Amino acid sequence: MAELLFWPAVLGYGEAAFAYANARTSPAATWGVRVGWLAQTALLGVQAAHTDGFPWSSWAGSLNLFVWLVVSAYLIWGCRPRYRLLGLTVMPLAAALFVVARIGGGTRAGHSSGYGNLFLVLHVGFVLAAFAGFTLAAGLSALYLWEERRLKRRASDVLRLRMPPLASLERLSRRTIAVAVPLLTLGLVAGFVRLLADGDSIDALEVMAVLTWFGYGTFLVVRPTGRNAAYVALGGFALVIVLRLALSGSHFA
Amino acid sequence: MTLSVVGLSHRVAPVELRERVTLDGDAAAELARSLGDAVCLSTCNRTEIYLDGPSDEQAVAALDELAGESLEGVLYRLSDDAAALHLFRVAAGLDSLVPGEGEILGQVRSAFERVSCGPLLDRVFSHALSVGKRVRTETAIGESPASVSSAAAALAAQVFGDLTGRRVLLIGAGRIGELAALNLASRGAEIAYVANRTVETARELASRFGGQPLALDRAASCLGEVDVVVSSTSSTEPVLSAADVPDRRRRPLFLIDIAVPRDLDAAIARLDGCFLYDIDDLEAVVSETLAGRRAEAERAEELVAEEAVRFRSWRASLEVVPAIASLRARAEEIRSAELAKLNGRVTDAERRTLESVTTQILNKLLHLPTVRMKEAAISPDGAAYADAVRHLFGLEDER
Repeated sequence: MAELLFWPAVLGYGEAAFAYANARTSPAATWGVRVGWLAQTALLGVQAAHTDGFPWSSWAGSLNLFVWLVVSAYLIWGCRPRYRLLGLTVMPLAAALFVVARIGGGTRAGHSSGYGNLFLVLHVGFVLAAFAGFTLAAGLSALYLWEERRLKRRASDVLRLRMPPLASLERLSRRTIAVAVPLLTLGLVAGFVRLLADGDSIDALEVMAVLTWFGYGTFLVVRPTGRNAAYVALGGFALVIVLRLALSGSHFA
Repeated sequence: MTLSVVGLSHRVAPVELRERVTLDGDAAAELARSLGDAVCLSTCNRTEIYLDGPSDEQAVAALDELAGESLEGVLYRLSDDAAALHLFRVAAGLDSLVPGEGEILGQVRSAFERVSCGPLLDRVFSHALSVGKRVRTETAIGESPASVSSAAAALAAQVFGDLTGRRVLLIGAGRIGELAALNLASRGAEIAYVANRTVETARELASRFGGQPLALDRAASCLGEVDVVVSSTSSTEPVLSAADVPDRRRRPLFLIDIAVPRDLDAAIARLDGCFLYDIDDLEAVVSETLAGRRAEAERAEELVAEEAVRFRSWRASLEVVPAIASLRARAEEIRSAELAKLNGRVTDAERRTLESVTTQILNKLLHLPTVRMKEAAISPDGAAYADAVRHLFGLEDER
């Protein structure tokens, strides 16, 4: 069942990725996102129902959950005609990562996990939700930089290929980070509580996660604006990418 | 019922002719009322009379009288589907001088609401208003500005989003600058200062916007307090240089230079957070957006054609309505007559049950033929369907 649900989800995301390329087909893209998200939600539900323990404890499973969180965040913040180009950034990435999750076995149901549910919901769930928020904030920041450059260079098509205003992009990016940082905080606290309980030592990945938290926390305190804010959000996202890649190599090993 | 339209527009008549037949809202409504079931749409670009009826001679005579000459060579006359399609295109802004301009939709609404019209005109105008809205919602035809002044305001909104509360410095009291300021003000911006070489002129313009007048040489002093600068003086020397722009603590500053020669030092564009557009930049933006409007117009034409087909279906369904009504009346007559035979033989409770059951049977029995007749109405043999029903159920006398 879970495997069957993968296909409508990936087809929905894939259709959205292509349809966002054209203004005429962007309403169809939005429907693709919705249909894909519903199918993936059902897939996650089936996985949760048929797995003994936390269903997304492998790197591929966590990637599956991560994709769902990214698309969920996109549905909340950006699934509007003006944000078509954000969809063009987010949806191909979501579709590609979802395929990778499947190849890695992250969309299967019925396996068992050695991790306790509560810990993983708190740790993995919160950390991945935070990462999804940072991903979206990075997409918004990239759009900001692009739009700012077009306005600075006085591109003649700046009103034809209409983007959200710079102020809106900056505000949305900041708000997304403001939501994601507390989630990362909770996720890290849950991880450290378990670490202390097990008597394990801190690894490089965990140090990096703390650095990421520190970076985004500083962003919220210092409140940079304009281009600087966008650069900081993108720099933070670079750390998130490293963390995500390192997860598959070390944390789930 | 026959829908017809007679009129002239910028496509067929020069302004000298159009201005003679242009009527204000009241006069247009008066003319429509004098023609019976009619609506008169009169704007600077068109005067058209929509009528329910095949004869438009009275309308033509009225327009001839307004023009003071025969308009036979320039008037267009359309009827039925073509007239409906024309009205839909007009309401959608597709027949306008600037494709997609939004004012026409309000003018169509106003013309329609000023008169009390019959069912056909009521339906076609209500439909046209919804077509106009649909086109503006589902296409980007009306999103892009079509003039330099509106492009300037749209660009400022692209930086700041909502312009409510944003402060504007207007340098020079030129007409284009004033238009740009009006556009900014219509989006919620506050015209805080008006600077001009002649302070008296600045005062006069500032009083209209509720701003403060300034001497031209003091314009630079308020750059720290404003978000948008619009400059349109006739000065041959730059009015503001890059050195005049203070540290704004990373708050963006949007500058519009509509003057020729330019008022604002081009080096300002290189400052962080400053966006400078001169007249050439604005004209390039407008030219690009007009091209975009034309592309969107193709999509809008598809939507309008789709709605015209819907309207045709509605009109065609009217042809079978009498047959459907007769059929239902005959069925009801039979049902009532049969129930009347039971008078005195059933209790009130049993009668109510029988009433309910027989009504449901009738409705279910007639539902499909009703739907099929309405569907068939838009096909060429729709009338034959209606005739067959009349013949089969003996409804000929009720035509």
